[in-house]
Amino acid sequence: MTTTVAQRKRPFKPNWLARMGWLLVLVYAIYAISALDITWPRFVDGLGNGAKFVGELFPPNFERWKLLVENLLETVEIAVIASAFGILLSLPIGLLAARNLMPPWASWPARAIICVCRSFHPVIFAILFVKAVGFGPMAGILTLIFASIGFIGKLFAEAIEEISLKPVEACKAAGAPFLSVLIYAVMPQVLNRFIGFATYQFDANIRNSTMVGIVGAGGIGGTLFASFQRYDYDFLCAILLSIIGLIMISEFLAVRIKAVFND
Amino acid sequence: MTKKYEWERFTPAQRLARFTIYLAVVIALVMSIRTVEVIPEFLYDAPEQMVDLFTRMWPIDTGHYAEGVHAALIETLNIASLGTVLALVMAFPVGLMAASNITKIPALNWFAKLILVSSRSVNSLVWAILFVAIFGPGALAGTVAIGFRSIGFCGKLLAEALEECDPGPIEALKAAGAPWPSIIIKGYWPQVAPAFWGITLFRWDINVRESSVIGLVGAGGIGVALDTSLNLFNWDQVALILLCIFTIVIVAEIFVTKVREHII
Repeated sequence: MTTTVAQRKRPFKPNWLARMGWLLVLVYAIYAISALDITWPRFVDGLGNGAKFVGELFPPNFERWKLLVENLLETVEIAVIASAFGILLSLPIGLLAARNLMPPWASWPARAIICVCRSFHPVIFAILFVKAVGFGPMAGILTLIFASIGFIGKLFAEAIEEISLKPVEACKAAGAPFLSVLIYAVMPQVLNRFIGFATYQFDANIRNSTMVGIVGAGGIGGTLFASFQRYDYDFLCAILLSIIGLIMISEFLAVRIKAVFND
Repeated sequence: MTKKYEWERFTPAQRLARFTIYLAVVIALVMSIRTVEVIPEFLYDAPEQMVDLFTRMWPIDTGHYAEGVHAALIETLNIASLGTVLALVMAFPVGLMAASNITKIPALNWFAKLILVSSRSVNSLVWAILFVAIFGPGALAGTVAIGFRSIGFCGKLLAEALEECDPGPIEALKAAGAPWPSIIIKGYWPQVAPAFWGITLFRWDINVRESSVIGLVGAGGIGVALDTSLNLFNWDQVALILLCIFTIVIVAEIFVTKVREHII
């Protein structure tokens, strides 16, 4: 008897569980689309608006380049200062938060600080700091310091929790004081990763400092939002292009700095 | 007389490179601190302003939850989730195009990488501004903004996962004469699926945070409620909204951590 096509075993078993999962995703997407009141006519209308909007964006208008350069410089200044202080502060906080080195009474408060810093989007911090220290770059700097502590502190604490404890024990057995244990047994194991996190955060700070201005915390975001509200779209395009340029430069620098410290 | 050799951790060139970076960092910092325009008068009363802020925030206006916050909170979650789904749908083809072992045309690789970089360079708030201009204020603009913002992240990680695939099963499928959709689904997909779900969860977690603020520029979600309360100086309502955002972000993070432990 010859085997027919139907009798032959299928090379790949159908995975009904996975198919049900995909179906659930689809059902959720349909539910969410209706819950968010997203309709096809609105979308099509939007595409028409979009074409008009893109038409108004180009050609970009670089006439007010002085204002643009001034704003970009302020953005970079905010990012540099915030990164410097953020990195300096996250070093001790990350150390305190490492549960394998510190007693619980020290690690829990540090972890709580990191958790609060991480949970809120930088813009929310920016709103609060604009209220506290007024409009201007100072609010942006404080915002990004908190964002840096949240990010570097968490990753740094995790990196320390993963270290080998043998050098630590060796130092302790030789009678080294706590500070020496940190400097000679802990830091050499995590410094490279710390520098990686720090350069990444500098990059992230540049990105975020272009945005905190939207709520008045200094940098190019304020000009961006103002030109958007004034329908000054060709200048908006110039701002966006210069932001993308700035971010590409900073990404390039971050890669180079990491390369220097990795070899 | 023998020459004394001494071991050195770094070559002179390495030391010079490091020193240059340290120097550049210090110069940049000093220049920034000297030129940034900080008004000291505003700093002196910062503690008073903070105390004022917290006294106005207390007691938290919990009555506002049912009327103004609950629906917005659900909307935020929907924007984050639907935005993630949209991002994945768009990131899959871009990721395939960016992976140099699948698309063997360098020009297409570069084009895909350009899409990924521009998606990541523009902040989600800026994406939200652009889409509010296109679609008008509302959740549609927010969802599309979250989606476009996430393409870069998801696509880049997906392309990296695809490039790390073991070529063995793919060659076997090719030798058996499988068409390219089968190669993608049965050769690449099983290898990248764990990475894919990891990326999805990670991005969803980030999107929950981001979708809670894009409402500040009118793109829907709880940010709209926050903006309204801020503009009316209803700080007790602001406190409630911030508390809700905090809770939702923590819950999302715990959820993601638990699910990751299960599937990976």
